[in-house]
Amino acid sequence: MLVLIGIAIIIAGFLLRFNPLLVIMASALATGLAAGLDVQAIVAAFGKAFNDTRYVSIIWIVLPVIGLLEAYGLQQHARRLIDRMKGATLGRLLTSYLLLRQVMSAVGLTSVAGHAQTVRPLVAPMAEAAAEAKNDALTDDQREEVKAFAAATDNVGLFFGEDIFLAIGSILLMKGLLEGYGYVIEPLHFSMWAIPTAIAAFLIHGFRLRRLERRMTGKEASA
Amino acid sequence: MITLTFVYILAGLTFALFAGLGFMDRSNPKRFGNAAFWGLLALSMLAGDYLGDFGNGLLVLALVAIAGAGQIGRAPGGEVPAEVQAERAVRYGNFLLLVALIIPAVALAGTFLFKWVPGLADPNQATLISLALGVLAALAVGMARLRSPLMLPAQQGRRLLDAVGWAAVLPQMLASLGAVFALAGVGEVVGGLIGTAIPQGSLFGAVLAFGLGMALFTMVMGNAFAAFPVMMAAVGLPLLIKHYHGDPAVVAAIGMLAGFCGTLMTPMAANFNLVPAALLELKSPYGVIRAQIGTAVPLLAVNIVFIWLFAF
Repeated sequence: MLVLIGIAIIIAGFLLRFNPLLVIMASALATGLAAGLDVQAIVAAFGKAFNDTRYVSIIWIVLPVIGLLEAYGLQQHARRLIDRMKGATLGRLLTSYLLLRQVMSAVGLTSVAGHAQTVRPLVAPMAEAAAEAKNDALTDDQREEVKAFAAATDNVGLFFGEDIFLAIGSILLMKGLLEGYGYVIEPLHFSMWAIPTAIAAFLIHGFRLRRLERRMTGKEASA
Repeated sequence: MITLTFVYILAGLTFALFAGLGFMDRSNPKRFGNAAFWGLLALSMLAGDYLGDFGNGLLVLALVAIAGAGQIGRAPGGEVPAEVQAERAVRYGNFLLLVALIIPAVALAGTFLFKWVPGLADPNQATLISLALGVLAALAVGMARLRSPLMLPAQQGRRLLDAVGWAAVLPQMLASLGAVFALAGVGEVVGGLIGTAIPQGSLFGAVLAFGLGMALFTMVMGNAFAAFPVMMAAVGLPLLIKHYHGDPAVVAAIGMLAGFCGTLMTPMAANFNLVPAALLELKSPYGVIRAQIGTAVPLLAVNIVFIWLFAF
């Protein structure tokens, strides 16, 4: 039971808005000590895990490309494209991106799009432009919400598309775990059962994107 | 053969460049902190395999100390003025879009190529390696045609990374915390607690506990992969599969997706939720999570009903 102190520290730390890196370190130390490890062993375990997960931070190498393209007007160009397309409303734009992201993830192309690669340079400015096209008095808060929804749409598309792909990590984890318990299951069965949820995610998030569009164009009283 | 080491070297050099440029930026009052932080990350990428576990641990402690002491900041401004950007956008237009699409296109082509043609690159890391090659290709094509100053991509990239700040290593830190949790046996304790909280004799009660447990435990750990083995051992296997004879493929597949609904609602999943908020320069770090709750909650309910309908 004592090892749960780390979880309590994480929750309290995030709620009290301490620096998350400090909170994580405090949680790791407290959890390790509660489990009877000494400080040196905890620091070494954390260091080993940090080194093993470096691939998580590789994505930042795309920033020089994004910085170069933005300096030469990529965001403005993305906006102009939307302005020229008459039928490109906020809802349609983000719903198309949602579908594209789900389909790409479902065939295993998860790293092709993402927050650094596509959302910041393309999707968010396009979404903003689409919202502005219908409402020239877009407030700062509304602008924030449109950008937040652009990022949210990327996440929803990724999460509820990737599990349809046969060779994704989560499917291999499920297969391996169940095999350990004596159930041998073809990856295809896991993939198949991810499809109903993928459809539900598209419908629910798509519906919310329509409502977002109405809120942003003032057709519906904002809450 | 190209391996992940190539990507780590590229990332290390990029961070080293950011550290050097940050050090020289006198307009940033916290330039020493920034330079040290990105410099340590460069060291980790370049030499992490030679530092030893404890050495890497000390490196992490130093990162935490710099961030915790509030020594990371950004210089005001630095971006190209909006009018200049707009003018250039008219001039270069679709070429910019083309360069932006080089990264995904190379990532895509490389992923297939390296899987089909053995010996070129480590097939297990094909996507990450291709992504790095895509970045190099996009930089080469973009800089050649735009005739940008040599250091402009690095300077602008550093500006973007400074805007993200310490949150840039948050995902890696949380993944490491998960490893310590696993070592301490946190999962077994939580699984045991949830297992005792289930009402006896109710199939729907057991499904509900499994689905909610996946989501809640994922929110705590920030990762459905960490929650899955625990919830399967505590509820999925003994109750849903063995006792009620549920289809293991359905229980596992949709249970995992119930966990993904939790991922949408937690700051612990920093790379999906906090990093984009920083990257898009939102006022609230929780803006993206707020936008996702309205999708995650109904979808979690749908997943629980799906398990109940399809597995039994």
